[in-house]
Amino acid sequence: MQNLHTGVAIQNGLRLAMEMDDRVFLAGEGIGVSIHANPLMPTHGLLETFGPKRVRDTPVSEAAIAGLAVGASAMGLLPVVEIMFFPFITLASDMLVNHAAKLRYLSGGKTAFPLTVRVKAGVMSAGCQHSHNLETWLAHIPGLKVTFASTPADAKGLLLSAIFDPDPVIVVEEMGLYWTKGPVPPGDVRVPLGKAAIRRPGNDVTVVGYGGLMFAALEAAEKLEAEGVSVEVIDLRTLVPLDRETILESIARTGRLVIVHEATKFCGFGAELAALAAEEGFSSLSAPVRRVAGPDIPVPFSPPQEQFYMPNAQKIAEAVRSIM
Amino acid sequence: MAKETKNALRRSILEKMLLTRAFEDRIAHLAAQKDRLPGMQILATGQEAAVAAVLALGPEDVIVTNHRSHAHLLARGATPQSLLAEIMGKETGVNHGKSGTLHMAVPHLNVLMTSTVVGAGPLLAMGAAFAQQYKEEDAVTMVFFGDGAAAEGSVHEAMNMAGVWHLPLLFVCENNCWAGAQSLKDHCSVSNIVTRAAGYGMPGKLVNGNDPDEILDTSLEMIARCRQGQGPALMELATYRMRGHGEYDHQEYVDPEEIAFWAQRDPIKLFRTRLEQDGVVDAAQAEVMYRDAEASIDAALEFADASPYPAPQAAFDHLWARAEEETGRI
Repeated sequence: MQNLHTGVAIQNGLRLAMEMDDRVFLAGEGIGVSIHANPLMPTHGLLETFGPKRVRDTPVSEAAIAGLAVGASAMGLLPVVEIMFFPFITLASDMLVNHAAKLRYLSGGKTAFPLTVRVKAGVMSAGCQHSHNLETWLAHIPGLKVTFASTPADAKGLLLSAIFDPDPVIVVEEMGLYWTKGPVPPGDVRVPLGKAAIRRPGNDVTVVGYGGLMFAALEAAEKLEAEGVSVEVIDLRTLVPLDRETILESIARTGRLVIVHEATKFCGFGAELAALAAEEGFSSLSAPVRRVAGPDIPVPFSPPQEQFYMPNAQKIAEAVRSIM
Repeated sequence: MAKETKNALRRSILEKMLLTRAFEDRIAHLAAQKDRLPGMQILATGQEAAVAAVLALGPEDVIVTNHRSHAHLLARGATPQSLLAEIMGKETGVNHGKSGTLHMAVPHLNVLMTSTVVGAGPLLAMGAAFAQQYKEEDAVTMVFFGDGAAAEGSVHEAMNMAGVWHLPLLFVCENNCWAGAQSLKDHCSVSNIVTRAAGYGMPGKLVNGNDPDEILDTSLEMIARCRQGQGPALMELATYRMRGHGEYDHQEYVDPEEIAFWAQRDPIKLFRTRLEQDGVVDAAQAEVMYRDAEASIDAALEFADASPYPAPQAAFDHLWARAEEETGRI
């Protein structure tokens, strides 16, 4: 086990995939020569190793980046393209929503699009055109898979699974996590798509979410344990395919569900999870389902407002207490 | 190209043009009957000379087409029965009824994809051409789009990226003078799409889109250029959409004199006459080609009519490649 920053773990995953398979190439804005020359950034140093054929800096053209991935994957390559900030995926959305997701289906299974889109997400003092979590938009599209890691090991392992998956996968990377460290197994150790992780077992309430807020959930769980409440924390890791079984088994034991995400609450991924609990786990529930999510506003810039926007351990703990 | 090779190619072009016209005339006929075909029908009648561009390619080359795809697909070797069955939504259709008329893809013939989001094709084709360059293949990609699609930003992004990276990509704009119910002068800021080529550092050529010989010569020249690694090129076919946007569209917004003008320039009539004059086919051979085309459409219709619909539950098929890998279906 190595102790690595998430950014470096992703870098290792990319490096490994490129070493293992010549079909893997990277493309995106500033993934080679970058204005952010930081060794913790995921593509740092890869241009030097693999050269401009396989690490391709693109023009500022998100639609073209996505089109490149769709066309090249249909021709048998394994493209890994980067969308610099999550809100910019709107510029690539036709290629992802109407093409990557649908063309295989439309062709009656005669084509395949084994592409990976790495998209950088997170709230980071830049305002709402740079910070906007749109994972639910993508999860809503049949034909796309969506991952959202919280730990360095998962960031690497999910990425490797995504790159070698035969379907299009959106890999959401939370930028704030690039600077957090954790144990990462060396080599080609993959995290399967569609398998959640129980980060902390518990008996009284299930807290389910994904991304950096998992650390806030664990912090809340610790606080609540001191108050005599045993919290089970489930990290989804993959939104599509969704590991329904792990969630339903957990609430069958705990009887309570709190859902956590950074994206706005209305029509957020939490709504799907709450519906799952209501449709398939209703008899297990002994209390109302609660969601801790961003308020229904764009992400504000001013630091105290940004803080106000963000779910945190305290808000999660309050939500748990409210249903105990 | 040796004269006899070229004349053989010209004969094939006429043959595929006749097949396309027979196919589309039959669709128009069926579409006019109530409940005979589901959905809309979009034809490229009058634009059949585009066949020459497809036949200028080698089997290893790739095409990406759009909603007006019949000529391209048939020229590439797709069978009328697999296309007609698809148009009817039948299980035996080229895409198992998942596509219908609009998105037919025949990957085994290197008809990589069909997009009906107009303007998207060039982006997909740019990715395909990138893969050809990446794999150091001696192949090129040809993408068809309309004058209306040329207004989409995606076409500009594709041309820019292809230009920057010198991709082996031939952009073919079939300018048929109409985008929906909007004429070229109302949707395009310049008089021809081809003038844009210079902006992306590629050669562009405007050709008579109703003249297969002119299309063939320009295609051969541009394909050779792409194949030699000299980057993308743009060919604009000045042609005309003889029918409405779809078969439900009766072109009430079009001056009848305009249609009559273009009817005089029917690419099939002109080409057939020229090949007969050049001694490439004789009248009897051309007549056999015509009858063979009609007969193959008769057989295709019989096949498609007799074919079953897919099971409703099969609607779940073809979403995920992984599922099909696991069940051994791919």
